[in-house]
Amino acid sequence: MTNLEKYTKAFMDTFEIDENQAINLKFQGIDAWDSVGHMGLIAALEESFDIMMEPDDIVDLNSFEKGKEILAKYNVEF
Amino acid sequence: MWNFNKFKQSIAVIEPDGKEITYQELSEYCQELSRYIEPHSLIFNLCSNTLGSLVGYLSAIEHNNVPLMLDEHIDHKLLSNFCNLYHPRYLWANKKLPLNISGKEIFNKWGYSLIELTWPHYYPIYGKLALLLTTSGSMGSPKFVRLSYENILNNTESIIDYLKITSAERAITSLPMNYTFGLSVINSHLMQGAGIVLCPYTIIQREFWELIEKYQVTSLSGVPYTYEMLDKLRFQRRKLPCLQTLTQAGGKLSPELHEKFAQYAKENNKNFVVMYGQTEATARMGYLPPEQSLAKIGSMGIAIPGGLFSLVDAEGKTITQPETIGELVYQGKNVALGYAEDGNDLCKEDEFNGRLVTGDMAKFDADGYFYIVGRKKRFLKIFGNRVNLDETERLIKTRFQTLDCACAGIDDAMCIYITDNQKIKEVQKFVAETSNLNFVAFTVKYIEQIPKNEAGKTLYKELDKSA
Repeated sequence: MTNLEKYTKAFMDTFEIDENQAINLKFQGIDAWDSVGHMGLIAALEESFDIMMEPDDIVDLNSFEKGKEILAKYNVEF
Repeated sequence: MWNFNKFKQSIAVIEPDGKEITYQELSEYCQELSRYIEPHSLIFNLCSNTLGSLVGYLSAIEHNNVPLMLDEHIDHKLLSNFCNLYHPRYLWANKKLPLNISGKEIFNKWGYSLIELTWPHYYPIYGKLALLLTTSGSMGSPKFVRLSYENILNNTESIIDYLKITSAERAITSLPMNYTFGLSVINSHLMQGAGIVLCPYTIIQREFWELIEKYQVTSLSGVPYTYEMLDKLRFQRRKLPCLQTLTQAGGKLSPELHEKFAQYAKENNKNFVVMYGQTEATARMGYLPPEQSLAKIGSMGIAIPGGLFSLVDAEGKTITQPETIGELVYQGKNVALGYAEDGNDLCKEDEFNGRLVTGDMAKFDADGYFYIVGRKKRFLKIFGNRVNLDETERLIKTRFQTLDCACAGIDDAMCIYITDNQKIKEVQKFVAETSNLNFVAFTVKYIEQIPKNEAGKTLYKELDKSA
């Protein structure tokens, strides 16, 4: 699986959505991505890429796009 | 109720964009809104942490109208069901909110609209009734807690007393104001001339932390799940010199997190206050004095000033021996008048008479500190919201008539057993939507048959074994 696939899958699995929904998603864009869902997403991303995210990055990750920028800091390339 | 004129030029409210509202302005706003409202009317306030919603609440209490507080994201069908049951004369709702209810807008300001509804009749309201709050999150139950002016005043004064809230404090709205805990934070700060930062963000958003720092917030409140998130966000490493007080209620915090935050508070010269309450007691019944928070991990403390705890055994006798489990009973002037299930109940007087049987099982230690050890009633706390298990079963069976179901589980993790494995996703989605809570809290499992005894009662202890 490529990193992009893994990344997209974390969104799809966490929020139970399809790929098209995932790639345009923003925080609170769907009911599932509330603060509870957010912690689930962070856990899924940390597990998929074997990283520990900094608190500032956790509160900054507010869209699918933004998350890619943030993961770049952890040497995850897309 | 409020003494807004006592604090005139002090800042009462700060909006997220930095706009400050003084107590004098707040008092004028309350008066302005009340001019459009017939005296002693029932008003549905569709709540958000915004100025409009706040003014709607404060004005109603101050001018003897009765607000019934609901989440603004309440399901449309549910809202119209509540309207039909209670005949509210007005709705006070965000202007942008799409409403399926026909009424006439008679006033709008602060982003909110006042909509007058017409009914063949309005229900008479008991003179001492001040406020109606939901009992069980938003599971759709039309049951509300009836609170009096004295309830609010008494509980607010008690909270101010034990938390030592002064006019120098500044709280942030980290909980919804239709939730009793969130509302108590607002009451206790505004009664003392302190400030409230109105915050539409949640703690996992950068903007939330920017507001805390920018407006020098001194206290933060959360339910157990809030503390789990704070821990994950490594809150303990944040430099927040202005923050003095952390309060926790809305369910039992894990002993690990209790210890972690108590330790953090001690090392950083802050107060961490574990508390206990229910909507039926306006908000608060117990608190663990912060200086005891490390010594009494797992305890929710002692009764608040003016209140009294006792434990009763199965025969109804008062327990006097420490470490003996019994049902927790609370007595105090903050115990609600009673419940309302429809408009006919609005004229009812005091039915609880200052005594609340909590449904929580507890014990106390040799020093008189109380520990919640279980529940008598079948409900869970999910992200701070009380969710009744039997009611959830009923809702599922009504919606999915071909299946049988049973609900069990632990706080923040309900387990729903159903007898139709084709409906697993649908049931999960239905419960999440009805409760307005994240679906991850609900696990749905297939079971061939719900285990029952001869009388047809579900054997909950058998559930996990057979699934």
